[in-house]
Amino acid sequence: MYLKAILLFPLIGILLLSLIRSYRISSFLNTLFSFLSFASSLLLLVKRESAGLFFVVDELNIVFILLTNFVGFTTALFSQHYIAHEIKTGHISAVSLRFYHGMYQSLLFGMNLALCSNNIGLMWVAIEIATLSTVLMVGIYRTAEALEASWKYFILGGVGIALALFGTFLFYISARPAIGEGLSAMAWTNLLSHASNLDTSLLNIAFVFILLGYGTKAGLFPLHAWLPDAHAEGPTPISAVLSGLLLNVALYAILRFKMLLAANPHALQAGPLLMSMGLASVLFAALMLYKRRDIKRLFAYSSIEHMGIIAFAFGIGGALANFAGLLHMSMHSLTKSAIFFAIGYISQIKRTQKIADLSGLTASHPVLGWGLVFGVLAIAGLPPMGVFMSEFLVLSSAFAKAPLLAALLACGLIIAFGALLLKLVQVAFGEPKGTSTVVPSLYLPMLSHFLLILIAGIYIPPHVVEWFKHTSLLLK
Amino acid sequence: MNHNLYFDITHMLAGSMLLVSFVLLYQDRMFSLLNVYTVHALVLAAAAAWQGFVQQAPHLYATAVIALVFKAIAIPLTLRWLIVKLAIHREIEKVVGSGISVIAGFFLTALSITVMMKASGGTDPMTREDLSFALAVVLIGLLMMAGRRNAISQVVGFMSMENGLILAAVGAKGMPLVVEISVAFSVLVALIVIGIFLFRIRERFDVVDIRGLEKSGGER
Repeated sequence: MYLKAILLFPLIGILLLSLIRSYRISSFLNTLFSFLSFASSLLLLVKRESAGLFFVVDELNIVFILLTNFVGFTTALFSQHYIAHEIKTGHISAVSLRFYHGMYQSLLFGMNLALCSNNIGLMWVAIEIATLSTVLMVGIYRTAEALEASWKYFILGGVGIALALFGTFLFYISARPAIGEGLSAMAWTNLLSHASNLDTSLLNIAFVFILLGYGTKAGLFPLHAWLPDAHAEGPTPISAVLSGLLLNVALYAILRFKMLLAANPHALQAGPLLMSMGLASVLFAALMLYKRRDIKRLFAYSSIEHMGIIAFAFGIGGALANFAGLLHMSMHSLTKSAIFFAIGYISQIKRTQKIADLSGLTASHPVLGWGLVFGVLAIAGLPPMGVFMSEFLVLSSAFAKAPLLAALLACGLIIAFGALLLKLVQVAFGEPKGTSTVVPSLYLPMLSHFLLILIAGIYIPPHVVEWFKHTSLLLK
Repeated sequence: MNHNLYFDITHMLAGSMLLVSFVLLYQDRMFSLLNVYTVHALVLAAAAAWQGFVQQAPHLYATAVIALVFKAIAIPLTLRWLIVKLAIHREIEKVVGSGISVIAGFFLTALSITVMMKASGGTDPMTREDLSFALAVVLIGLLMMAGRRNAISQVVGFMSMENGLILAAVGAKGMPLVVEISVAFSVLVALIVIGIFLFRIRERFDVVDIRGLEKSGGER
């Protein structure tokens, strides 16, 4: 029942919000619907149904469902004030507003559907819905840059979608002899229980298609080209959910398929593939961070880096690395979206996203400035924040299994750390530059995320650790 | 009819689709591109209907009807209307020449046949050959998207790729959700993207040519 609720609320939201003209009502309803989905996802913790042919809620996806709905809700809160200013300045028209809120709910719907679907075809449809919603939202400002970003995202996303679908078909064909025709051969739980009987050679090639297809969505190098543009040119709430949530959903899909391969003793080892793509993403993004001139682009590259770390962690495999990967996924979502909340207001106040034009934010806007400092230190991996903990765990488990690669990863992390610190000093300290506009802002979403990552870095309650441990054992 | 004839007709339809994909590659006029795309969609409709008959799966007829009505009629007509209405250039600008793209297409076909034949050794020959043709169509669609500058020809590339995927889906025996997937693809991609998107691009630019967008480049 709660499972249906997390799908139903966004669905009603899409219909209702695309009809309402008034900004006040629609932005309030947007937050309300996101809150209702979050509340139902909390209730899923208490009581969940057993897996059916279409839906499943297990230890693995409940982590993601909770995280997605929580960040979805806080972003809706942030977006309420952010959008108010965009309407005032005329960046978003009344028609676009209805469209924006409708698409926001459709993104949440797509992600929730993708996370809880047990059917690999349904999962594909859901990820497609989520992607198309973001494609349309990235282009909402209608500037030349926004349209280019949106077009690039559509074309590359389309390629990813096609490859992933082909991979999905191949999974079905490989399962058909063992499970039989029809829906049951597309149910993930059935695929897992028959994993050792699946056609191995087809399974291998299917996974390669899935990895390339959903890897494009997750922004792994070398398939990341759409990601920086989409982050920089769209509205900031969308950058927050793109980085914080949609990339995770794509990685989640890869993980589900990886579990199928891991359960088949003769199939390809998915680990090394994920590790090499992850490591390449980390190194590439870390180097690219230095030359960024646009602050949203900077953090988009940082998202590529962190997706790389996560992919690397799951690639190593084993209980500790998987635990670290899951933890890093959650910490990155919370931290990165909070950073985007701060940047959203900053770019509205300063009317620019150029790093060179931003300076002395801690002096002129203490809460935002110090918030950004805290966020960047957290994402760069300084203790005592949660990201430090998860990165430390990734590194230590990597040193145990592949010391050479771990050393490379450590290099990447240090390079990225340097770049982020360099940019941070420029933006946060020194003499304040340029004019400032007064914008309506709400710091609660940002601060609540920061509080969570601080708590997670210092003390994770034992039953949460138990829960994550159990999940990481499932992942193998 | 005997089993061989079933097999041959399936084979012929999939092969013709691949052939039409090649024809798409070397078109240099917008309207002729759309005409060839119509043929592509018609062959897909025939292949889907044939599979519906062979597998005795009525839902595949629905896929065939979608391909016929939506892809072969509605979409080309809409695109034609867009081209006239927006006064889009009727010539296709290519990044790579026709000759090179056709040669690249040969290589992609060879690649997909080698890969799929080897990988799907355990399945029946019909699925196996259908899959390799379908993958070739998908890859040629990708090639078209990469090698064209005009937004509309990229969309045609995308749709031909999608046709390849549907071909793979109808060929996979007993595959569920084929209709749903083809509906999801057609409705979402075609309506949202072509309708809203291209219209928006036209609002700002004189040419619906993504090169106009590239000039702006964006802040790196």
